[in-house]
Amino acid sequence: MVVQHAEHHEEHAHHPQESWFRHYFLSTDHKIICFQYMFTGMAMGLVGAFFAYVFRMQMAFPGVHVPGWGLVTPADYNMLITNHGAIMIFWVAMPVLIAAFGNYLIPLMIGADDMVFPRINRLSYQIFLLSALVLIVSFFVPGGGFAGAWTMYPPLSAKAQYSLTGDGSTVFVFAVALEFVAFLLGGINFVTTAMNSRAPGMKIYDIPIVVWMIVIASLLFMASVGPLIAGAIMLLFDQRLGTAFFDPNRGGDPILWQHLFWFFGHPEVYVVLLPAVGIVAEIITVFSRKKLFAYKTVLSTAIATGVLSFTVWAHHQFVAGIDPRMANIFTVTTLIISIPIAEMMFVYIATLYGGSITLTTPMLWALGFIGSFLIGGVTGIFLGSSGADIYLHDTYFVLAHFHYTFFPIAIIGTYAGLTFWFPKMFGKMMNDTLGKWHFWLTFIPFNCIFIPLFFTGMLGDHRRIFDYSNFSELSTPMLQHLRAFATVSLLVMLTAQTLFVYNFVTSLLWGKKAEKNPWKANTLEWTANSPPPHGNWATLPTVYRGPYEYSVPDRAEDYWPQNAPS
Amino acid sequence: MFGKGIIEYWVPAVSSYAHDIDFIFDTVFWIVIAFWFVVVEALFLWLIVRYRKKDGVKAQYITGEQKHEKRFITWPHYLIMVCDVVIVAIAINVWYKVKQDAPPADETVRIVGQQWAWSFVHPGPDGKLDTADDIRTVDELHLVVNRTYLYKLEARDVLHSLSIPVFRLKQDAIPGRIVTGWFKPIKTGTYDIQCAEICGFGHGLMPARVIIETPEQHTAWLSAHSASAAGE
Amino acid sequence: MSAASRPIATTRSSAGMPTGRLAVWWVIASEIVIFGGLLGSYIMFRLSHDAFAQQAAHTNVWIGTVNTLVLLTSSLAAVLGHKAAEAGDGPKAARQLYLTALGGLTFASIKFLYEWPTEIHEGFTISSSTFWSFYYTAAGIHAAHVIAGVVIMLFIAPVAKKGLELQRVELIGLYWHFVDVVWIFLFPLLYIAK
Repeated sequence: MVVQHAEHHEEHAHHPQESWFRHYFLSTDHKIICFQYMFTGMAMGLVGAFFAYVFRMQMAFPGVHVPGWGLVTPADYNMLITNHGAIMIFWVAMPVLIAAFGNYLIPLMIGADDMVFPRINRLSYQIFLLSALVLIVSFFVPGGGFAGAWTMYPPLSAKAQYSLTGDGSTVFVFAVALEFVAFLLGGINFVTTAMNSRAPGMKIYDIPIVVWMIVIASLLFMASVGPLIAGAIMLLFDQRLGTAFFDPNRGGDPILWQHLFWFFGHPEVYVVLLPAVGIVAEIITVFSRKKLFAYKTVLSTAIATGVLSFTVWAHHQFVAGIDPRMANIFTVTTLIISIPIAEMMFVYIATLYGGSITLTTPMLWALGFIGSFLIGGVTGIFLGSSGADIYLHDTYFVLAHFHYTFFPIAIIGTYAGLTFWFPKMFGKMMNDTLGKWHFWLTFIPFNCIFIPLFFTGMLGDHRRIFDYSNFSELSTPMLQHLRAFATVSLLVMLTAQTLFVYNFVTSLLWGKKAEKNPWKANTLEWTANSPPPHGNWATLPTVYRGPYEYSVPDRAEDYWPQNAPS
Repeated sequence: MFGKGIIEYWVPAVSSYAHDIDFIFDTVFWIVIAFWFVVVEALFLWLIVRYRKKDGVKAQYITGEQKHEKRFITWPHYLIMVCDVVIVAIAINVWYKVKQDAPPADETVRIVGQQWAWSFVHPGPDGKLDTADDIRTVDELHLVVNRTYLYKLEARDVLHSLSIPVFRLKQDAIPGRIVTGWFKPIKTGTYDIQCAEICGFGHGLMPARVIIETPEQHTAWLSAHSASAAGE
Repeated sequence: MSAASRPIATTRSSAGMPTGRLAVWWVIASEIVIFGGLLGSYIMFRLSHDAFAQQAAHTNVWIGTVNTLVLLTSSLAAVLGHKAAEAGDGPKAARQLYLTALGGLTFASIKFLYEWPTEIHEGFTISSSTFWSFYYTAAGIHAAHVIAGVVIMLFIAPVAKKGLELQRVELIGLYWHFVDVVWIFLFPLLYIAK
């Protein structure tokens, strides 16, 4: 049932009386809120990347003074890896992929003038910003930042006498809890807007895949985070109020935390995966001029993955002391979940068949996602097989696996989306040559960082160890060379990011003006101005077909916008 | 599987179940990397090259909803399911052997993790744990080759995890619980023990060594230790 | 945001349900998972620790019953408020909302001004035992939701009295019923199961 509107929504220019501060900091416009999330996320990404630089320097050159940090003590090291992980997942991947792209794309792609609850939208960002600031504060409290891994396992995280970061532990948990609240609030908008505010004529299967993916991701997040919020409260109380939820000496159970954490933790990886996969779908259809292969299958594999993601969590706990019989159940469920994900990848690859492919920068990123996520996916099978996980758990094999999933998701997915929608967002074109250099100088070093780490893990390097010289089997030249090679590759990759920053800024300032639809794409955002004004369109569009009608036979143009009547 | 396992090229296989764990690792490798990854990645790259934009050639309009199109997805789909069943069967088999089906033990040892060291309690000359002649060590676990051991794993403060890579063994130690398991060393030698669960600042500073001896060497060690204990 | 500056997006209804209602169901769903996690943990602990039952014997089932009746009555007021709002009777809806809020405040007062101080005085604090940790945590988070609901009602009622934004009466009523339902689960778990 669609409510028709006879009244026209007047086109708003930027409110002329609005001060610069109001416009950029207090706006309720979904596009501005996107940029707020985007830039905060990227700023946090710089912090997370800096931490990676420091601890990888320690890995390559143990005991050597690191430029920009100094000597890396064992305490430093643990703090750095803990916060690197937490920052990248909670304060980079989530805000950029879900909140930024979700905020920008959902109203524009469904033909709406904004999100349904703009003030709640603004509030969600403000709480998110607060959570980021609280995390930063945690580095400066007495005792320093929390250093017990992003997974916060008690009793280490619950008791200051063990962690030696009493205040840092509390502030960290508090920051994470705030971030959860921010995203629960944000989810209100994503789901209600996508479900309810679609343009007249946009039926369920006419919704662009990326919108679906963000909606499913929001649902997944909401359904999985509750128990961990409860757990976080319990952990905070253990830390501060003397409760013993997780204290085995007083009737508590540390393993309960692990279950609460991973019940959320596993769906969480799909929460960040799905938006990235959605972005990739939008790009590969445009730059292969092809309809998405089996749209309904893409949707059903995404939903299946989401549902199944609730059944696999204890594969993170195979050797944690759970009932060994349970481990067998989770091996089965974990291998089952590989099926819909594999199918999704196959469908994407099938979309390329018979296409007319141009390798623009966004397309390179999108294809790079598929090519590298495949490695992440297949290496997960090693870890889901309980018998093999006995050996591989807590080694760098695990780390390489999840970086081969997270890096494509958070970094490649972000660059794909940014380079693709930059013209729409900022009204300028990015330099494609620079973009390609940036791609290759990121993509190749990325592989050079993590392939060696599969090997160091296989050879026995355990995670979260600041210096391997205490272990004779791990102090071999071969292993040290692999570690150093990974670090040097990271340095190359980090340096290459300056290309992106340069491209971004110069394009923003002096780039060629972008037309409405530079990529000749079908989805609704490309019918708005570049950039769209407040309210997005003077007259909101009506939809007549699905989003992927490319290269339709017997048509002059090889694209057919959703809002074109014929 | 076919002679030496992949991991064994670099890490010796020193326990009776190391080869089993290597076997599941290798199985997954051959199925998932050597076959699936190579095939899919190659197909993917080929498609990119083959369907590069060419002047005058329009892309095809394929919905993917037709049966003859869908079979390119459903056939690999079924093949994956078959592979998964094989992998699961072997994985569960290995898991059962290592974690569920402890054979009768010749001896029991107690292994204790704490911030930040491993300590071990060996049965003394009487062969029984928790008797007066037990031998306590820090950082060194002494075992006899080809003897089957039951281990009782404890943690004094926070979570730790016993990891002996050459055994392929890993097991978290939980404060307030005693976790049991088993191993049987099959080669003599001295190897690393690591902690595999972050346990505070000193997590990387609690290495230990497992020293696997012949029965004669072990008896000598026992007498040396009992003598020094008696001398106190 | 006044109706004039509200986005068109807010007024559409492609899913067939008013947006506000969809949003409140979303909030309720996320709260269900939060409470579900907490109560699930409680049940697991309870099943594996006999000492729990021992401690649970000390909760006051009479106060619990009174508070249950208070909440149920307040929910009745919320329902009546919704009916009045549907009929367009703003002042009546506002009155019923104030009554609902009064019920919520009564609930909170009984808990914070009598029940908890008594229990703490008897030595049952949040750190006495895991049962009491759960008791105060679960009932405390629930009470926080009660107070939040009351506060929101106090914002909605004056506006409704003027006959404006009457759809919000139903929405806060929905939320309030959820808070009630959580208590319906808490009450037997914390008070009756001894």
